[in-house]
Amino acid sequence: MSAPLVEMREMVKSFGGIKAVDHVTIDLYPGEVVGVLGHNGAGKSVLMKMLSGALPRDGGEIWINGEKATINNPRDARNYQIETIYQYLALADNLDASSNLFLGRELVTPVGLVDDAAMEAETRKIMGRLNPNFRRFHTPVTGLSGGQRQSVAIARAVYFNAKILIMDEPTAALGVQETRMVAELIQQLKSEGIGILLIDHDIHQVKLLCDRANVMKNGQVVGTVKVDEVSEDDMLGMIIAGKCPPNAIPGPGAVKG
Amino acid sequence: MSETSPTATAPAKPRNFFAALEIDTRLLGMIGAFIVICLIFNFLTDGRFMTPRNLFNLTIQTASVAIMATGMVFVIVTRNIDLSVGSLLATCSAIMAMTQTHFLPDLLGLDLGSPAIMPIAILVGIVSGLVIGALHGWLIGYLTIPAFIVTLGGYLVWRNVAWHLTHGQTIGPLDETFQLFGGINGTLGETWSWVFGAVAIAGSLYGLYRSRRNRLAHEFPVKPLWAELVLGAIFTGAILGFVAILNAYEIPVARLKRIYEARGEVMPEGISAGYGIPISVLILILIAIIMTLVARRTRLGRYIFAAGGNPEAAELAGINTRLLMVKVFAIMGVLCAISAVVASSRQTFHSNDIGTLDELRVIAAAVIGGTALSGGLGTIYGAILGALIMQSLQSGMAMVGVDAPYQNIVVGIVLVLAVFIDIVYRRRTGDKT
Repeated sequence: MSAPLVEMREMVKSFGGIKAVDHVTIDLYPGEVVGVLGHNGAGKSVLMKMLSGALPRDGGEIWINGEKATINNPRDARNYQIETIYQYLALADNLDASSNLFLGRELVTPVGLVDDAAMEAETRKIMGRLNPNFRRFHTPVTGLSGGQRQSVAIARAVYFNAKILIMDEPTAALGVQETRMVAELIQQLKSEGIGILLIDHDIHQVKLLCDRANVMKNGQVVGTVKVDEVSEDDMLGMIIAGKCPPNAIPGPGAVKG
Repeated sequence: MSETSPTATAPAKPRNFFAALEIDTRLLGMIGAFIVICLIFNFLTDGRFMTPRNLFNLTIQTASVAIMATGMVFVIVTRNIDLSVGSLLATCSAIMAMTQTHFLPDLLGLDLGSPAIMPIAILVGIVSGLVIGALHGWLIGYLTIPAFIVTLGGYLVWRNVAWHLTHGQTIGPLDETFQLFGGINGTLGETWSWVFGAVAIAGSLYGLYRSRRNRLAHEFPVKPLWAELVLGAIFTGAILGFVAILNAYEIPVARLKRIYEARGEVMPEGISAGYGIPISVLILILIAIIMTLVARRTRLGRYIFAAGGNPEAAELAGINTRLLMVKVFAIMGVLCAISAVVASSRQTFHSNDIGTLDELRVIAAAVIGGTALSGGLGTIYGAILGALIMQSLQSGMAMVGVDAPYQNIVVGIVLVLAVFIDIVYRRRTGDKT
């Protein structure tokens, strides 16, 4: 296999005396969906925030396409075409869909003024593809449903040609229909060669969507599995007890014996 | 999600007349409140309130607070507060007064009355406001000291820096050209006021036309044509009415005579001339336009509102929110300096107590104008209307003969009531902006 799309090596992050992320190494290949599982506080969100530039790291290296990458803030991450879809954080509630979609990367007219009409046109185009029933282009996103908000966030990632997509529990607040829509979207993005890191609690969801999964516990990787080769119970055992099934690649956090 | 009707974007039938016009209902409410206040005071004063003379005075009394209120909108939208604006105004005023009466004539040897004094003094004042404001923003953004504390400190510091600069003295009279910015001493006159009105009408009609054409070009739904025409008629009527009222305030004959004498001419019999638009009000209008443009059509404005709505989202979108604070407070500082020009030239001298309590008036104006203290919401025109409503209440009560302490009681109650009405309104409309 060629060089991985993303490789995070020996990532470290401490808050006070607590090691939130303790020498974690994971990788991701193009067109692959890799799950990151674990309890609350296992360190998975912190790990992802270091990749998206939202948190500075204390140690470790990030390699992208076989080259060492410098990611110190969200802008750096965007330059590497890393896009993140957060559950609640990343939309400004008081702005409408197109302002949010283009936030930080507004289209401007030749004199440098924000070109709302052009941005609305682009937003209508991409939303027509992702969520054809979306109509509320002039409502602040606070007035939208969870699924509509999520589709705005996904549209942002898709529009700006993300190569690496981080999804932090993308379906947690969604209904059945909307969850299915997001699942279909993930399949579509995957077929376009985008690498996706999926943080989720829902093991069923992970088995359905992911190719591989990394399980974290207390800031360390318990192990990495191919989801087709293990049962849901195996993964539960990894999350709760830190016990690796025989066909997993154990990590530093695995319980010995 | 099974129904597929992507082309069915037929514009929903507007619920009522105002919905078709797409005018902010809160704006209508504030204009309504202003008109009611005017009518009540007009009744109580036997028609003295709504005379051209009083309305003219109202506009020049509002200008200073309204100019700062536009900047306060940005400050409050980003979830901050600025308690130092009155003191900052005093410091800028002191710096400009000392520049024109002391530094330039005594140290640089510029003649008193030289035409260079006014621009230099204003430039020095604006740069001072910019630097002090940016300093506040740096303390707030980069050192993460709460804005309340930074500007509370600034409130004490700058009020007394002003005192120090002037050794506690009243400085005046100010330069004659400088005094043009004060209101009654500098107006456009009837002809230029009409010219301004014509330009304003042409500009707003062109704006309506452009925005409609732009939407049609992108095949977006547009307002019905009659609604556009009604809007155009309203704008035209409002601008013409505004100019007509300010032009109707006639310069007293004795004063007109002095003006002619100063020019070395003899005043023709039976001539009369109106004041027209005061230069201070013209400045307020220009600032309102620029600030609205910044808020709606620039990245800076977009980031200000995004950071106010969700600071984390703004940061994750790659916006430098620390630098943003520096910019927001620097703008506030510049506006304080411009207000200082207007306020000090209006009273023709710099005094120690200039701008006292202005911070409260400015914050109240912004809040009455619909700026939410929780951040992310606010409009420039709202803040200006808020300032106008407060000023009309205050001067109306003064005309009726209400004592100053009672005036303050009423204004205080109105402030609380206005915010309460706003909360109820937002709840009713489902948190719409």
